[in-house]
Amino acid sequence: MSPLTKLTQGASAALTKGLNRVEHKWHHANSASRPHARGMMLYAEDLTVSFDGFKALNNLTFYLQAGELRCFIGPNGAGKTTMMDVLTGRTRPDSGNAFFCSDPQHESPDNLYNLLQMDEVAIVRAGIGRKFQKPSVIESLSVGQNLELAGACNKTVRGTLKRGLDSAEQDYICEILQKIRLSSRANVLAGTLSHGQKQWLEIGMLLIQRPRLLMLDEPAAGMTPEEIELSIELLHELKGRHTIMVIEHDMAFIRAIADIVTVLCRGQVLAEGTMDEVSSNPAVIEAYLGKDDDA
Amino acid sequence: MHSAKHVTAPVKPELTLEVSSPIFNRSTCYVVELLALLTIGSTIGALCGLISIYAVTLMGKYLCYALAALSLDLIWGRLGILSLGHCAYFALGGYMLGMYLTLQIGTQGVYGSNLPDFMIFLNWDHLPWYWQGSHYLLPSLVLSLLVPAALAFIFGFTTFRSRVGGVYLSIITQALTYALMLMFFLNELGFGGNNGLTDFKTLAGMDITADGTRIFLFALTAICLLLAFLLLRALNCTRLGRLLTAVRDSESRVRFIGYRTEHVKLAIFTLAAALAGLAGALYVPQVGIINPGEFSPLNSIELVICVALGGRDRLYGAIIGSLVLNLVKTIFTAWWPEGWLYVLGALFVIITLFLPHGLAGLPQQLKWHRSNTIKEAA
Amino acid sequence: MHLLKQIFLCCALSLILSLLPSVYAVPATGLPLTLSAEESVALCSSRVRDRDLLINNWSTTTNAAQVQLLQAIADGELYCKRSDQSLWLKNADGSFNALTSNATLTNGKGLRCVGSSNKQRQLIATIVAARALYSEEVSARRAAAAALLQAGATMPSTDTLQALMQHEDDGQVYQDLRTAWALTLAQNPSLGRQELLQAVEILKDKGTPQCLHALEQLGQSSDEILSDAAQQAAGWVQFYLRCATFGENLFFGLSLGSVLVLAAIGLAITFGVMGVINMAHGELIMVGAYCVWCLQQLLPGQPGLALILAIPTAFVVSGTLGMLIERTVIRSLYGRPLETLLATFGVSLILQQAVRTIFSPLNRAVQTPAFMQGQLQISENLSVTLSRVIIILFCALTFTLILIIMNKTRLGLEVRALAQNRPIARALGVRAGRIDALTFGLGSGVAGMAGVALSQITNVGPNLGQNYIVDTFMVVVFGGVGNLWGTLTGGLIMGLISKFLEPVTGAMLSKIVILIALILFIQKRPRGLFPQRGRAAEA
Repeated sequence: MSPLTKLTQGASAALTKGLNRVEHKWHHANSASRPHARGMMLYAEDLTVSFDGFKALNNLTFYLQAGELRCFIGPNGAGKTTMMDVLTGRTRPDSGNAFFCSDPQHESPDNLYNLLQMDEVAIVRAGIGRKFQKPSVIESLSVGQNLELAGACNKTVRGTLKRGLDSAEQDYICEILQKIRLSSRANVLAGTLSHGQKQWLEIGMLLIQRPRLLMLDEPAAGMTPEEIELSIELLHELKGRHTIMVIEHDMAFIRAIADIVTVLCRGQVLAEGTMDEVSSNPAVIEAYLGKDDDA
Repeated sequence: MHSAKHVTAPVKPELTLEVSSPIFNRSTCYVVELLALLTIGSTIGALCGLISIYAVTLMGKYLCYALAALSLDLIWGRLGILSLGHCAYFALGGYMLGMYLTLQIGTQGVYGSNLPDFMIFLNWDHLPWYWQGSHYLLPSLVLSLLVPAALAFIFGFTTFRSRVGGVYLSIITQALTYALMLMFFLNELGFGGNNGLTDFKTLAGMDITADGTRIFLFALTAICLLLAFLLLRALNCTRLGRLLTAVRDSESRVRFIGYRTEHVKLAIFTLAAALAGLAGALYVPQVGIINPGEFSPLNSIELVICVALGGRDRLYGAIIGSLVLNLVKTIFTAWWPEGWLYVLGALFVIITLFLPHGLAGLPQQLKWHRSNTIKEAA
Repeated sequence: MHLLKQIFLCCALSLILSLLPSVYAVPATGLPLTLSAEESVALCSSRVRDRDLLINNWSTTTNAAQVQLLQAIADGELYCKRSDQSLWLKNADGSFNALTSNATLTNGKGLRCVGSSNKQRQLIATIVAARALYSEEVSARRAAAAALLQAGATMPSTDTLQALMQHEDDGQVYQDLRTAWALTLAQNPSLGRQELLQAVEILKDKGTPQCLHALEQLGQSSDEILSDAAQQAAGWVQFYLRCATFGENLFFGLSLGSVLVLAAIGLAITFGVMGVINMAHGELIMVGAYCVWCLQQLLPGQPGLALILAIPTAFVVSGTLGMLIERTVIRSLYGRPLETLLATFGVSLILQQAVRTIFSPLNRAVQTPAFMQGQLQISENLSVTLSRVIIILFCALTFTLILIIMNKTRLGLEVRALAQNRPIARALGVRAGRIDALTFGLGSGVAGMAGVALSQITNVGPNLGQNYIVDTFMVVVFGGVGNLWGTLTGGLIMGLISKFLEPVTGAMLSKIVILIALILFIQKRPRGLFPQRGRAAEA
């Protein structure tokens, strides 16, 4: 382990400890409501969200193990994005539970978070990173500056009162740049990147924060075939090191990366299994794949 | 842990990351030099009698507006919060110093009492508690920074926490300054009501109308402006400066990389209010009056157009904009008072439609335009 | 009986005079008036004070001639000839008629005006008013009787009132006289219990603040039965009065609320539905108000017709202006709300200054037509201004119309489609540019109509729009952007709260309190009273 990793991890651990003072109170207070299963990284149980009577999520329940790469598919309006919104604190569900455990091997009240009582920032700081459907990078900053902000150890106002990067930070950013294949574009404005490159940059901004769980909403949308190839490569590299949730419509892409696929329909889990299993499931075919030429 | 394998991966040696730009870039140096030249030149000129005291005071007034515009540029240009009530902080700062100047009048007032004249008029027999801090200059100066900052903090705390943004924020900032204006019109509040505070005699023992005092105040304003400019320039070059840009462009993304954007906004909003308060405190002794009219929403709007005219997110743009706008205003109010609102209105429309980067961005815009037309021709 | 005789004489005389004007040449001032020597001296005296006695003596007079003479004194039209101390009345053309003969003078040489003091003129005014109680005209009697019940009026004696009551056949006058009679009785607690109890009943039925005062006085009477009755009655009257105050506040709140709603409906369309910030909205209202003034100048003497014509005119003028603004300024700024805000603010400044240049920086007087003047008496203590009632109705009508347009017409459907999903709506064949212009025109036109209504209750001047812009935006945001019902509720609530606050805090403070409360409310619920939910709203 390099001194850099130690340093940043030490700092982030100290930071997390400080920040979690408040958040600990939340799940201690709520220790009565515990997830029904054990040893998972993510517990989503009976989540229901309705918008003016329309149920975007309807008693959605699923679990995610550490190290898994899980793909979510489903027709439009199945509730995929709403599910991520709920898990990242953007939308409050009407009912249900959602817990996140940052270290499932040693689950304890200290690393089990009740996601529904935390806001976006607390959830991010607990170790969940999210890429949006529409690539959202900071267009008027350079690629390097985007990564600098995402990777900063101290994310308080006072912590940002420093001018440049120290060498450890610089090295780490370069490493991530390589991983997301943007080394040559480190100093250009993020707004000038291609659609696919923006998606990678966004993933890079998540990776630099060392998240436990990555949520990628349509990581291959709008990419050229070459870019899709590179994305598949990137995801294979990440697989095993991070726990990843992917929402995607591109079935070829999913076939190339997925272990287990969960099919959502009308806010519920319709089927779960390998790609072959779900694509031969008659219910799934009826709901979704039957209409899709890709399948 | 999981990245341990990759840390050893070779890093391309030629890759250098440039995340922060130098504080003293070309434009900053120009601004510093020009401001310093202006200050020293005018001060010496005025002392030698080459420049009239009227002109010096007028310039001092413009520089106060420039300082206020600078602080607005910080929150609008950099952070993207359009405050239509920024002059509220300016006026509050002014009132805080105005209270000190009022108490300095002492028994020289019309009624010859220790109390300000308007309090005698209201039959008050002692100073209200909130006037107690205004007996001495230093506490008053501190108050003129702290009171606006405190108001901005309270307002910002509730507003940013509940994620009110964009147009809504602009409207409620305008409502706030409107409410404050109505409030300061009330006689019972103890700020002189309709007439405000005026007829000042001395400032820290100096005769406020004396030439020396006026030159001193002008020089002080110029120095404050210069320091504030350098402070904000330095701030923009830190990681915080880049974070502010990020919040402006994509607040939700910034939240999703783990920053509490409401804290960032609150800190900067408060800082900007304190700077505006300082500008107000420098303004009042130079113009010799502060009244509720300073809270008028139109004043804040003029400040916004100063920044837009000069060019947003450039700092020096705010200074150029407020100097140009106020010069034009002075000329128009002298020659054709009715025309001023036409000019102001037309400026709003023209700038938003045709000059999105203001005067400071005009050369660049022209260059871009020319290259585009050449491309089209080719 | 004496009184009756006099009334009879007066009536007979006026009858004869009106029948025989040409036969018997009556001088303009030829009055059957005989003045005693003392009275003549008093009138001719150069000392104003000397006339006190005379006026006091005549204070209960019903003699038409005496009343006319008094009126002449008050108007400064009675003159005295220095040489022979004769009295002359001045005519409108500057000539003079002798008071007791048919002589005339063409100019006022040697005449001196009979002066009067302020106090005397006041006294004369009440005497003249009381005289009207004997008038032949029912309307004059009604007015005079109602005037008796005004605060500070000099009351005739109990007997006079009783005599008047006996010969009164008009119900309304009779009621007022009776109340006045009861009031005079209450002033005189030495009267018999029976009469006073009757007075208590009458006062309780009437229930004005004046009656309450009289009842409270009677409540302190030593007679226990009487004081009990009076106190009980006073309690009732207090209750009535409180209800009336409540009703009044409710009405004024509703009326202010509907003004706010009227001003905000246009904004609810342009800002709420289209999402376009138009800071020039207030000036479009102002333009509507100026339309009323212009039409009234074009149609002199017909303010009512002008007002009615102004409604469509203002709609068209403001609507066209709005479409012009949309085409030239707002069109190129879609999706940039802050820039739109600034540009339209510029437009508002230009419009304001244009009005100052074209019309005048001063307020313009807009006439209120006859059908909007007057009061609507709901109960004894509660009357509402007719103009405000009409504005409430106008607001309801406009709101319904807009609701129908937005929910039942093709235009409304396309507007809502564009608001919800612009690209999809365009893909489905909605001509976005045209619809945007039309919607903006509709919103601006409604602003103009609001201006017509506002012209009836506020000053029409260049600042009219500015005074409403902050309030109207607050109404729309408070109600919930994109929700017309929210705007209605928001406006009415704001109006009601401010009118119920006003008596407690004063007008200025209530405005401040409401502004600050609204700022806090928006921070608590940024999406207003009736928020839109859904995926689009979350983004």
